[in-house]
Parts: sequence; C-alpha cells; structure tokens
Amino acid sequence: MSSAVLQQSDDVLDISRIRRDFPILHHPVRGGRPLVYLDNAATTQKPRQVIDRIVRYYSEENSNVHRGVHYLSEVATDAYEKARTTVKRFIGARDEKEIVFTRGTTEGINLVAQSWGRKNVGAGDEILITAIEHHSNIVPWQLLCEEKGARLRVAPVNDSGDLVLEEFARLLTPRTKLVAFGHASNALGTINPIRKMIGLAHAAGAVVLIDGAQGVPHLHVDVRDLDCDFYAFSGHKVYGPTGTGVLYGKEAILEAMPPWQGGGDMILSVSFEKTTYNALPYKFEAGTPNIEGVVGLAAALDYVSAIGIDAIATHEQDLLHYATRRLLAVDGLRIIGTAAEKASVISFVLEGVHPHDIGTILDQEGIAIRTGHHCAQPLMMRFNVPATGRASFAMYNTREEADALIGGLQKVIELFR
Amino acid sequence: MSELRELYQQVILDHNRNPRNFHELEHATKKVDGYNPLCGDHYTIYVEIDGNTIKDIGFTGNGCAISKASASVMSATLKGKTTEEAHQLFDVFHKLVTGEPGSLSTAELGRLAAFSGVSEFPARVKCASLPWHTLNSAIEGDKETVSTE
Repeated sequence: MSSAVLQQSDDVLDISRIRRDFPILHHPVRGGRPLVYLDNAATTQKPRQVIDRIVRYYSEENSNVHRGVHYLSEVATDAYEKARTTVKRFIGARDEKEIVFTRGTTEGINLVAQSWGRKNVGAGDEILITAIEHHSNIVPWQLLCEEKGARLRVAPVNDSGDLVLEEFARLLTPRTKLVAFGHASNALGTINPIRKMIGLAHAAGAVVLIDGAQGVPHLHVDVRDLDCDFYAFSGHKVYGPTGTGVLYGKEAILEAMPPWQGGGDMILSVSFEKTTYNALPYKFEAGTPNIEGVVGLAAALDYVSAIGIDAIATHEQDLLHYATRRLLAVDGLRIIGTAAEKASVISFVLEGVHPHDIGTILDQEGIAIRTGHHCAQPLMMRFNVPATGRASFAMYNTREEADALIGGLQKVIELFR
Repeated sequence: MSELRELYQQVILDHNRNPRNFHELEHATKKVDGYNPLCGDHYTIYVEIDGNTIKDIGFTGNGCAISKASASVMSATLKGKTTEEAHQLFDVFHKLVTGEPGSLSTAELGRLAAFSGVSEFPARVKCASLPWHTLNSAIEGDKETVSTE
C-alpha cells in the first residue's frame, strides 16, 4: 500500500493502523490474492479488539447471566449489563431499560410488529413504509397486516432513489398507526431525511420505527435527538459479532407492550395460574442471551467511538465520491441510486453482463462484492433491473481498493466483449 | 484469467450474446418456470412433445451468462431427441458440471463440453443446471414452477 494512495485519508484516519487491527484483511484469498473486501453492507469484518474480547469472555468470564450467586455469574452479568450501558451511550438513549438485546435488526422489527403491532393495529388501520425497504422491514408488517386486516402503504422513491417526501406526507392519515423506514438503504445507499419523516409521522399521530441496520455503521445516531419511538440495528454491520442486535424503544412505549417470547429471564414469578413478567428490558429477553456476542458488540462500539463515527463517515464519503467518479468512467456502467445524500454503498449494472458474472470474475481477483437483489426485490422492480452489483465501503477500505474494483471491471469487459 | 476462460468459454459467451430458441412456443404442450431465488435467475421453458419426441423447445427470461447459455445449448441439443435421450443427457450434464466422472468423451459431449469449467465454481453449478431441472419438470409434467432452493 503506497503512502501516496493513503494520503487523502490520512488527514482524517490512520487507515494503515486501522487495517492492522483487522486480521482477516491480511489473510489472502483465491490462491494468494490480497482480499479487497467491498461487501460491508452485508457484514463488516471484525477488529482484533472484538475477537480478543470474545476470547477473553470465554477464557475468563463465561457463566450464565442474572442467575447464579457465584463469582463467574456476577462477572458475566456485570459484563453483559455494562454492554447495555455502552449501547445506551452510543445511541444517546435515556436509560438502559430502553435497550433490548436481539439477534439483529430483523428480530427487533419482528418484536415490534408482534408485540406493539398486535396490540395496537386493528382492521382498517394502516402501516406506512417506503419503496426502498429491505425485506426485513416489509415482511413483518405484511404478516401483521394480514393477521389484523390492516393495510400496508408504500411511499414511492424517484428515479434517483430519493424518497418523494410529498407523497410520504400525503400517505400519512389518521389511520396510519405506525411508520417504518430505513435510516439508509442497503441496496442504493440513499440516506433518508429521517428527522423530517419522524416529525411528519408524529404530527399524524403515528409511532415511528427506524431500521438502522445501515445507519449506525455510517452515521452519528442520537435517538433522543431524533425522537424516534423505535430504532433497530445489527451488531455485525458495525464491526461486532453476528447474532447480535439492539432494539431501542422509548420506555413508556416498551412498558405498555406485552411480552413477545416467553421463557426464563423474562419473568418475575411463574405459577400455573399466573405469571408475572419481569421489568424492562428483561421482559423482552427470554432465555439465555448471546452473552459473548453482546460483550463483543460493546467492544465494537467502543472501537468505533475511539476512532470517531464522524471521522469514519468523512473517510467513507471520500471513498464513495472517489469510487463513484471512477465507476462512471467505465464504459457501459450505470449506477442505480444517485441520491444526493448516500451512505458508502454503490449499486451498479454493466451493459451486457449480468451482475452474477461480474461477481464471479471479480472474486477471482480477490474482490468481494455483493450481487443479486440485496433482499430488496420490490426496489429492483422499481428500477427495472433483475439484480445489481453492489460495492460497499467501510472504515478500513482505501482508494487503492476502489482502483482494484475498476481494474476488475475492466477484466469483465475484456472477457465479455 | 485461465480458470475464468475455462468457465466463460467462447461457446458460452456466444450463446449468452445470441441465445438460440429464445422465444415462446406457440404450440407448446407444456411450460414451466425455473427460478433461482438466490441470484434472481428466472426462465420459462416451453416444450412441444409429440409422443415421446421433443419436437421443439423455446425459452424466455433472464439471468447470468452461465444460465442463459445453458438454456440455449440445452434447447439446441435436445430438439428432436426423445424424452429418454433427454433424461440421459441431463444425467451426463449434471455429472459434467458437478465434476463427477462421466461416460462420454469431450467429442461425444459436443457443445455441452463448454460447461466443463463450471465444476471449478461451486457457486455457479445451480446457474448451469437450472434450465435442465426446469426442462426435466416440463417433461415429467409434475410441476408448474421449479426453484433451486
């Protein structure tokens, strides 16, 4: 890696130092090629601080939480609850009670649909989402609407992939019970004007859920400042372990919600006649949780905080603009999603070559991108493409890696034309 | 590049660019949809079967070069063959793309030999075999839709 290449980012981040923290980036692929990992919107790689934390947990602290009176149970419980405090601070929540650990964004959204939704949504009510949602922010609402006889409404996007805000506002009615939308689109990168959207939804009397899977890794999030009612995100997309996630909910709303799953840890007392549920947030955490995942997630958030989410965002935006400029110069390449505000995600199609073939050819060069519909089939239909290639950048990526992507695409063109 | 050249042989690139029998069949006796939900490849295969002879095959849809070329080569290869011969060739093709030893020489495989590189790319085996599975269902007549998952 030449220092000249890194220069433009060194002002903001010490990329070579950051890259040293991620062991997998130094692990060759496909017969000795250096890995160029541009599939960060699917999952991010993990720094050794996260890996080491999980190893330390199992080497020194492993026990079940909230149960034993013995030493290790105390240590594990302490680590687990400290992680909750780390998350609370990271997203600006008011209280640890508002932080529910989940398996990921998908589970958080399903929790809200099944607990809040089943209690508060009835026949004739409406749920409003947008056209750029991930399947995980579509299907849970479809299930709920089907069960309750409610109606799912979809706010459209324009040809750039930007939400049509006037249409969104128009679709908000007294029947709208809940509005759910992504902070940023995994397929196009579009960053939604969520502050405005939350304001409009609240003015219409609706409750707001933000799918933050692509928000937290790239943007500063302050849930109190945003005033959203729910905010769900995944640990593995922000350098933490898979199988971890967070559902933030305002305390009063969570308090009024019925439990979701029943089991251990979510109860105060059980008899065959009556069960009394535990207080927040434990009411929503039935069963032994993913303890090592949660302490790993806290280590990931600490890692991000130490570097600074604003510095990460600046670096990623530099990569986004650099890669966009270079991609647009590739013959026959079209970028799908050209919103003014984007996270570091670029979806593209190449004339005459299916994305799946692009993915295979790049892979032979050690370049990992995602190809397909990105769990957003309705969005692919909106843009009239069966699939796209998607390059997504994280804090450890470099302009040199964007150059490698361009080089790989030239090979695709050479092979196919 | 050498493994890639093995995968994307000229025959495959040619059939991808100019797919044969790439149209609906007016007199189709059966049509079946084949779908790979992972990558979105989606084809409809039309067959006209008379007795046990495949009189005509056509296909529509879209997907990657491997799947499209596979559908094209398959249609050209099987037109005029009996359903029994089609079954045998399906077996030959399946062995070819999964890297199992087969009974036919490269010369005997003819155009199908172009798919020999697929076995080096496990993620792409489903692309190559989707049209064949779909056609198989059309011949068997047991399903309206075939999915790789």
